Amino acid sequence: MAQERFDAIVVGAGPAGNAAALTLAKGGLKVLQIERGEYPGAKNVQGAILYADALEKLIPDFRDDAPLERHVIEQRIWMMDDTSHTGMHYRSDDFNEERPNRYTILRSQFDRWFSSKVREAGAILLCETTVTELLKDSRDRVIGVLTDRHGGPILADVVVLSEGVNGLVGQRSGLRDELKPKTVALAVKETHFLPQEVLENRFNLTGDAGVVIEAMGTITQGMTGTAFLYTNRESLSVGIGCMVADLAAAGVTPYSLLDRFKRHPSIAPLIAGSEVKEYAAHLIPEGGYNAMPEIFGDGWVVAGDAAHLVNSVHREGSNLAMTSGRIAAETIVWLKRRREPCTKEYLAEYHRRLEASFVLKDMKKYRKIPDVLHNNPQLLSLYPRLLSNAAQAFFRVDGQDKKTKETQILKSLRKQRGIGGLIGDAMKMARAWR
Amino acid sequence: MNAKSTNGTEPTQKIEEKLYQNRYLVDSGRPHVRVKEHLEPTPELKTLVNVCPAGCYSISEQGKVEVVPDGCMECGTCRIITAESGDIEWNYPRGGYGVSFKFG
Repeated sequence: MAQERFDAIVVGAGPAGNAAALTLAKGGLKVLQIERGEYPGAKNVQGAILYADALEKLIPDFRDDAPLERHVIEQRIWMMDDTSHTGMHYRSDDFNEERPNRYTILRSQFDRWFSSKVREAGAILLCETTVTELLKDSRDRVIGVLTDRHGGPILADVVVLSEGVNGLVGQRSGLRDELKPKTVALAVKETHFLPQEVLENRFNLTGDAGVVIEAMGTITQGMTGTAFLYTNRESLSVGIGCMVADLAAAGVTPYSLLDRFKRHPSIAPLIAGSEVKEYAAHLIPEGGYNAMPEIFGDGWVVAGDAAHLVNSVHREGSNLAMTSGRIAAETIVWLKRRREPCTKEYLAEYHRRLEASFVLKDMKKYRKIPDVLHNNPQLLSLYPRLLSNAAQAFFRVDGQDKKTKETQILKSLRKQRGIGGLIGDAMKMARAWR
Repeated sequence: MNAKSTNGTEPTQKIEEKLYQNRYLVDSGRPHVRVKEHLEPTPELKTLVNVCPAGCYSISEQGKVEVVPDGCMECGTCRIITAESGDIEWNYPRGGYGVSFKFG
């Protein structure tokens, strides 16, 4: 293999890498994909929700044999304080459609299936192999990779770096900086198994339908972060994540945060009696558009988490990964057909195409959100409490007249945040949202 | 074992019990994370004792921070926190070694 030459090398077999390798192989290129895990998915962790649209553009009939858990018919968004949650629930029978829009998945199983499609398309997959560095020529152009398994270099016209959030290959080759504690979140999660019938009764489900809960509030103890609970076929994915800088400053252990979330009176009955079969941890690049590195250069492109492509507001990442991997590969196939070289000048087309897609449009739309949340911790700590107090005062029937109740609610809002603070917070969020 | 700060959030389960469910192939004798030799740990290095989601870091009787990365989930948090202070060396395990998530 030392002397073998490929049209493209893809580093990593996650959503970005599989999307890229599939598209390159379908485009007739000779592709080598390198994965450090024992199998594709062995190192990968996600909530996980699969967004059908991004996958449909790669594998239109994926529903025929992909390992899908449940299609999502109900979304719950919870603002939690220590004893309560105030929720917005949206459940619709319209989501029970022929081609559902969102599914829960287990990444380890899903990634293996996705990889089988990549190999069917003709890409060569090398597992249990860690890429140690990028090979450059005298003019600093990337011309291949070195791995920990093969003595010799493996050469290619272009390297797709879809190596995930811990992109050591790109970092150590000087393509991008190390991540900052302020721009990444650490999430921990457990997979809780329950008999299918019990799970379906608990969440009011039939057939393959599922519920997802996204939660925020005092559960993150003043840190910027969110928690979640997703229904799989016969298990629940339960997790919580916070910004690394916040966790480091607070000195909180991530697993005690998770255990506390699991003990919350709104969560505990949902997971009661379950058997935990895995505990996982993973970083999420949450710095938004302003934290994005260069995503193309001479002989290389970056896609997915390695390119910091996560929409933290909408909890989207895998779809941005698949779409960026696909667009990077389409650009390379296009250049090949035109017999153009994979130089920085020509690979700039990848960035242009990504700008025209939802990927960079959404990243730009929310570019100010990470800073607003970082600088305004009251948004996730004070407001859930205020909301809970207001709801409780409103719903509790205790002989007090309604007008007095309303006055008390308004007074408590003014006292705890002040009219200026309330308006200021609303303005900050509105400005960042635009 | 070191004493971990709890902030009133005592875990119901020890971290070792959580990790017991996971599947690992440990590369014996070749730890992929090392703490560099030090007399006094930096503040960054000390935070790893609490922040590491696998509880791989502890403080020795001599007051030094030690790491046993057998239960490491390769998240990278420790590398990012100490990137500037330069307290540790962090590499991926050799291909095929380390954690293998069953569900992910």
